[in-house]
Amino acid sequence: MTRRTKIGVAVAVAGLAAAPAVLNPYWVDVLNSVGLYGLLALSLNVILGDAGMYNMGHAAFYAVGAYATAILNTRYGIPVLWTLPLAGLAAGAFAAVVARPVIHLRGDYLLIVTVGVGEILRIALVNDVFGLTGGPNGIFGIARPFVFGLKIRKPHQFYYLIWAFVALTVFVFHRLQHSRFGRALNYLRDDPVAAEGSGIPTGRYRLLAFVVGAAWAGMAGTLYATKMTIISPQSFSFWESVVVFMIVILGGAGNMAGVLLGAFLIVGLPEVFRGFASARLLVFGLVMMVMMVVRTQGLLPPRPRRFRLPDASG
Amino acid sequence: MEQFFQQLTNGLAVGGIYALIALGYTMVYGVLKLINFAHGDLFTLGAYLGLTLITSLALHDRVGVALGVLVLVLMVMGLVAVVGGLLERTAYRPLRESPRLSAVVSALGASIFLQNAIMLIYGARLRVYPQDILPRTTVHLFGVGVPLMRILIFSASVVLMAVLYLWIHKTRMGTAIRAAAIDQGAARLMGIDVDRVILLVFLVGPALGGAAGVMVGLYYGQISFTMGWLYGLKAFTAAILGGIGNIPGAMLGGLLLGVIEALGAAYVSLAWKDAIAFLVLILILIVRPTGILGERVAEKV
Repeated sequence: MTRRTKIGVAVAVAGLAAAPAVLNPYWVDVLNSVGLYGLLALSLNVILGDAGMYNMGHAAFYAVGAYATAILNTRYGIPVLWTLPLAGLAAGAFAAVVARPVIHLRGDYLLIVTVGVGEILRIALVNDVFGLTGGPNGIFGIARPFVFGLKIRKPHQFYYLIWAFVALTVFVFHRLQHSRFGRALNYLRDDPVAAEGSGIPTGRYRLLAFVVGAAWAGMAGTLYATKMTIISPQSFSFWESVVVFMIVILGGAGNMAGVLLGAFLIVGLPEVFRGFASARLLVFGLVMMVMMVVRTQGLLPPRPRRFRLPDASG
Repeated sequence: MEQFFQQLTNGLAVGGIYALIALGYTMVYGVLKLINFAHGDLFTLGAYLGLTLITSLALHDRVGVALGVLVLVLMVMGLVAVVGGLLERTAYRPLRESPRLSAVVSALGASIFLQNAIMLIYGARLRVYPQDILPRTTVHLFGVGVPLMRILIFSASVVLMAVLYLWIHKTRMGTAIRAAAIDQGAARLMGIDVDRVILLVFLVGPALGGAAGVMVGLYYGQISFTMGWLYGLKAFTAAILGGIGNIPGAMLGGLLLGVIEALGAAYVSLAWKDAIAFLVLILILIVRPTGILGERVAEKV
């Protein structure tokens, strides 16, 4: 990290930690949404930003996690936070099963398959598959989490729970990006043929990145389920996947700071314009078009790695 | 048997509509390698413009209804083509040299924009097409009663597809489109104005999609501002099923998907009707990603 980044991170952390003290509960709740979408976007970033795989069905994994938590908690009485790893496992396993046969597909084809998977899952949830998902009404009565015996109920309590998880996520994924695995993913994204040629097991790494991202989205699903206490198929529509996809691309695929900034802008900013509720999405669509034209790489594109060899021609 | 025949004709009518939308996807993908996510919303726009024209032209007076519907469809096609062309100039052309993902997001932005523009203009509720425009009679085919509407919709889409097919294969402009789809650089070297070809594709595809929108309005009688994305996704599935970039493939894929879906809804489960299309999509991508009529393309990983 450069000095500037360190200062930037310190300011951001301090600002986020102090936020609930100065904001009213409504705005704290908006920041909770930003945090949840931030988590989702960070998890998609592993797949889309780091490994360069177009996944536009991310809401499906979010849904699997949320439903895993809801079912385990309401039917079997398992405390919500204990279901967190289980939700991650469920979403990861689901991703492994559905992605295995299609992971080799190139760009657009993978994108459209993931859209299809997301939609099939949503239809399955609506149709009350296995009699577990509660059909179109979903599942209600999901319990609140306990942290060290304290029941998390108010927005600012959720705020610290969610953002602590965001901080953990940034830490874990930062380590991941700088690991052998993370570097391999970048090679794979930038030049799959060369990556394959230099001995990176492309298929296995692609699948692994997909599963890791999906598992993390599943855990974000746990937080969503316990915050809302009610979930239904509508919460996991195609547009959720689109929004998360846009957050990653707008913020800067591959750069976690950019991705979080994207979550603030796409989820947080529209709240400021609540007064114009009906025209908000119109403007949103327009802004996305304009943004892509004027700043194609996203707001904060990742910097090239410093250990990159000097260009032979220069 | 009766039920099978009914579902078959229903599937062919709906399949014809899918095929018309699929043509727009496949032409754009053929030339630009871009999934035009806004295409489904251009289809919706067609349905709504059709509704506006029907009510303002007072077509339900039954004065020259057949001619009236024809003029109506042509007007809608023209209007939607203009919007498609505008979209190309504003949302896609500036991104031609950019990474693929930015174009995808711009397309999604355009889709959201169009969808909400339609919602703001026409309202969020379902809108109903007048029921008395086309006769609701049934005709007897091989001893089975089939709604005339199905035959009309199916014939109309076949006529439009035939016109497109001839245009693409028999005219200079059509040849230019095919050339640009194979190799833009080479086409440019041969003196083809590729920018014009791309604009042309964004006029013709949306025009066909707009016509499909009117047909859905006439066939189902109900339209909603969000219907574009489901139809769009299914039409895209049809395009992949036939072989993306391949025009006869899109037609075949559309009809096939319509029939599969109709039979699946009747014999498997109505509740899973929409899932059947996506299942077909995933299966085809696993088994034969190039589609039924698609040729093997050099893998650009």
